[in-house]
Amino acid sequence: MTKRVSYSLESTLESVNKAESTAVEAAAGAGFNEDDQGNIAMAVREAAVNAVLHGNAYDPNKKFFLAFETRDGSLVITIADQGKGLDPEHIPDPLAPENLMKGSGRGIFLIRAFMDEVKFRNTEPGTEITLIKHVGRKAANAKEESQ
Amino acid sequence: MTMKASSRQVSGVTVVDMSGRITLGEGSVVLRDTVRDLVAKGEKKILLNLGDVTYIDSSGIGELVSAFTSVRNQQGQLKLLKLTKKVHDLLQITKLYTVFDIYDDEAAALGTFK
Repeated sequence: MTKRVSYSLESTLESVNKAESTAVEAAAGAGFNEDDQGNIAMAVREAAVNAVLHGNAYDPNKKFFLAFETRDGSLVITIADQGKGLDPEHIPDPLAPENLMKGSGRGIFLIRAFMDEVKFRNTEPGTEITLIKHVGRKAANAKEESQ
Repeated sequence: MTMKASSRQVSGVTVVDMSGRITLGEGSVVLRDTVRDLVAKGEKKILLNLGDVTYIDSSGIGELVSAFTSVRNQQGQLKLLKLTKKVHDLLQITKLYTVFDIYDDEAAALGTFK
């Protein structure tokens, strides 16, 4: 059975917190354990921060969109902004020696670490990121695809 | 829960007891301002007690790195005390665990400052 819930949110830090807490509920509802709930919520928080801060740049006229869908034992989360777009191919590796001591640039890395699949789509304008977590699978061999 | 930071002096070291969430916004700002104020006052031996920090995001991790760098640039030392499992795991994943000096015991940590 497929179940989908979606939200339209303001470009604020309050919305980021809301996205995070909603992710905990969605992950719990999908049957994930407490550790996974925390990891999924963190991935959603990081994606929401990217949408609000880097995508929409706190523009009050721009929204970001969050959707949770449970299907076939997986939780599929979509976060879309109305910003200038993101090129996932050119995100610096935060583990590279030259980046290790930088004060930012770890958000997408953490998203990839905590989810099983991460997909980016350019929505012109904006970016849509899809995060997928399968119930009962460790995130150690996370896959990523760009579309 | 928002973040709180309170400082105390022990054996010439400033121990900063932090609690709550270090995330983009208030939590990161509290950490940044606390360390900046200590450095401005000439405090160069800083031990951040993260035992009651329940959550940290990528912004908070970045703030820890920036704090470490700014103290080191002033010829000071910033060390970490009592990481929760979550913070420990995040520092491992981001390969920062070996960058910081990390201790579980306060007395032992205090003894390592030069």
